[in-house]
Amino acid sequence: MDEAKQSAPVQKEDVPAIRLAHITKRFGSVVANDDVSLSVRHGEILSVLGENGSGKTTLMNIIAGIYYPDHGQVFVDGKEVVIRSPKDAFRYQIGMVHQHFKLVDVFSATENIVLGLEDEGRFSLRKAAKRVREISEQYGFDLDPDKKIYEMSVSEKQTVEIIKVLYRGADILILDEPTAVLTPQETEKLFTILRRMRDSGKAIIIITHKLHEVLSLSDEVAVLCKGKYVGTVQTAETNESALTEMMVGKKVTLDIDRSEPKDPVDRLTVEDITCRNREGTELLRHVSFTARSGEILGIAGIAGSGQRELLEAIAGLQHVNGKILYHNPKTGQVDDLRDKSPLEIRELGVRLSFVPEDRLGMGLVGNMDIVDNIMLRSYKKGKSVFLERKNPRSLAEKIIKDLEVATPSANTPVRRLSGGNVQKVLVGREIAASPTVLMAAYPVRGLDINASFTIYNLLNQQKENGVAVIFVGEDLDVLLALCDRIMVISSGSISGIVDARTATKEEVGLLMTKNSADAYAHTAAEGGDA
Amino acid sequence: MMLAGFLQRAIMQGIPLLYGSTGEILTEKSGHLNLGIPGIMYMGGIGGVIGAFLYEQNAAALNPVLAVLIPLVCSMLGSLLMGLIYCFLTVTLRANQNVTGLALTTFGVGFGNFFGGSLAKLTGSDIPSINLTATSSYFRTSLPFANDLGWFGQIFLSHSFLAYAAVIIALASSFILSHTRVGLHLRAVGENPATADAAGINVGKYKYFATCIGSVIAGLGGLYYVMDYANGVWSNDGFGDRGWLAIALVIFAVWRPNISILGSILFGGLYIVHNYIRDLDVSGQELFKMLPYVVTILFLIVISIRSKREAQPPSHLGLPYFREER
Repeated sequence: MDEAKQSAPVQKEDVPAIRLAHITKRFGSVVANDDVSLSVRHGEILSVLGENGSGKTTLMNIIAGIYYPDHGQVFVDGKEVVIRSPKDAFRYQIGMVHQHFKLVDVFSATENIVLGLEDEGRFSLRKAAKRVREISEQYGFDLDPDKKIYEMSVSEKQTVEIIKVLYRGADILILDEPTAVLTPQETEKLFTILRRMRDSGKAIIIITHKLHEVLSLSDEVAVLCKGKYVGTVQTAETNESALTEMMVGKKVTLDIDRSEPKDPVDRLTVEDITCRNREGTELLRHVSFTARSGEILGIAGIAGSGQRELLEAIAGLQHVNGKILYHNPKTGQVDDLRDKSPLEIRELGVRLSFVPEDRLGMGLVGNMDIVDNIMLRSYKKGKSVFLERKNPRSLAEKIIKDLEVATPSANTPVRRLSGGNVQKVLVGREIAASPTVLMAAYPVRGLDINASFTIYNLLNQQKENGVAVIFVGEDLDVLLALCDRIMVISSGSISGIVDARTATKEEVGLLMTKNSADAYAHTAAEGGDA
Repeated sequence: MMLAGFLQRAIMQGIPLLYGSTGEILTEKSGHLNLGIPGIMYMGGIGGVIGAFLYEQNAAALNPVLAVLIPLVCSMLGSLLMGLIYCFLTVTLRANQNVTGLALTTFGVGFGNFFGGSLAKLTGSDIPSINLTATSSYFRTSLPFANDLGWFGQIFLSHSFLAYAAVIIALASSFILSHTRVGLHLRAVGENPATADAAGINVGKYKYFATCIGSVIAGLGGLYYVMDYANGVWSNDGFGDRGWLAIALVIFAVWRPNISILGSILFGGLYIVHNYIRDLDVSGQELFKMLPYVVTILFLIVISIRSKREAQPPSHLGLPYFREER
């Protein structure tokens, strides 16, 4: 009975289902969205493309009522609307599927779907389950309404989230990186369903940074770059390299010193490592590379492509298959780090200065002062049963002086310091141990320009001292200006290693967004050559 | 007929536990571990005692309806007040739930003993105990034909209205939790408040209502203990550790009030079984009194090994909820 409705797309006189006009949103001094305008019609899929931090999710959260814009207007079906809460969004039939699922684990699919709804009439889960089944059949989902969330795979959970917004009658669907957690087969299935929804007249906005998905799925692409709206193009009239160019923006020249590597020798050889998470999904696929002494090896990639797992594997915090060979400069021996504990690895001189999103999470203890935090690395050195505080204290004072850490004293708890100073303490401590391999993940995240340059200089100093530096970064301009070589990781595979002196931003950007199947083929070929 | 007598006493012993555990289950379903339950049950008890005492002292002749209604309302007000204090501290101010709960237990027990002693002093008695037999007799009114029906009447029909109310409240709570929209929302709040919030559920409101209603229900257990079980005699510390047993019963009932009904009778029976075993010395009695706790610990081990998700406490139990802000 719905067939007729489905086959004839609803074209409401070409008025956009939703239109954003000149949206600006600031968080403090950071401009997340700067004068962004875009629109999507019924029966159309719009991709919003951009790198991490380009403001895609913020923009979508504005439509979904989670944030309220500082400037600009939102129009639904041509009428200006004010969306102040997710409830308002639902009233205008806007539904958003977030990247991080909001589901109650011990509830069934149906219970999650009806959660928060104040329907008329008697509450009946059986009736709700029936409607869930109807929606599933209409669009071709495969879902058991009575299955508990904790028994579900990631893709099933996503299905629940999508049905949740459809159940509420959403006409405009926003999906925030829906394919990030899916296998290629699941992604294909999802796209089939999304196309079916489009054909039945729904307006769909999908956030992604995977170019091949954009090209295969959407009708139009809106590109954001660093919060700014770059433009909208018809998918049929564009291609990967044009989109990459729009996405990465113009090259910004940074004034970072870069010396030529001095007699580089192989320090760390990673051979064919593979890492799985608890669900069995591969987070790293057959990764092989070599880090050399006196060289900064940059690692570029979309966040969550396996960078964290790779560094953790080298530091002994992550179980992997494959080989991690360390060429010891003192003894000349070659050790496999894979079976060693983090302590043994550290004693060999491999240092990890890992900065996760929560800076104080893995590196430092927020409530302890600088001296105590330095002692976390050296507490085993004392000879008596009592702690030996004299050397750590002088080291703390040296770090404070050399790196210009702004702190009242060495006894201030580190959580009271600003982000840049916390970072200086962390990097300072790791460098003080005279490492042979230094790994820094996002060491300048959240730091201002001056603090960033202090960190770059520190890394450069280490490089000149013959340390093999591995630098995971997100800003391509920085990676291109600081590193000697850049290794690009995409969906857990190495999609290419380029010379940072000659590579262009577009080149790296293309490698970052490379389809995982291509990337895998590339890695396999590389492995064959070696 | 000894078995029938034992079961009748076991049920009477179990009713305060049933009230306490039903109240605590509702509270915990909202994600709040209220360790103030023992204090709240004391408060419910002493509230009823104060109401009944003042009415008995000031009224010339007792009106049966008022004699029941006044203590009932006073008891509910006392435990509601405790619930509100707990909510204000843990929901609004996000204080540590364990510390707040333990403080309320200490406070409730002290409050009960203080006023229990004061009222006793007003009557001129030397021992800290108050006799409210007249009020108690109204509370203990049971079906007139219960004793004519042999063992069946003795076990099932000889109880007072508060005992049946406990069972009805427990069954109603079970139904609300699993079959209504309000119950679904409440469980969501205790499992994952961020999700509930995103779904448009007023998390704070649900927490306040569940905790306060839970407190009032638990307080009725204190009232039942004084008026029915103890025949209207309040003695300081007489309520003992029943409040803690009620919290243990929550675990035993795997957060389901209907299972709690049977559990409370079992716990009640285990609690008094030492009286029915001949030739037990004092130390032996104490060992037997331990049984409900031993059963709870064994049960905890069993459900932990089976690790069925439905038998676990609400996953956000004991944690404060902060709305994510950017």
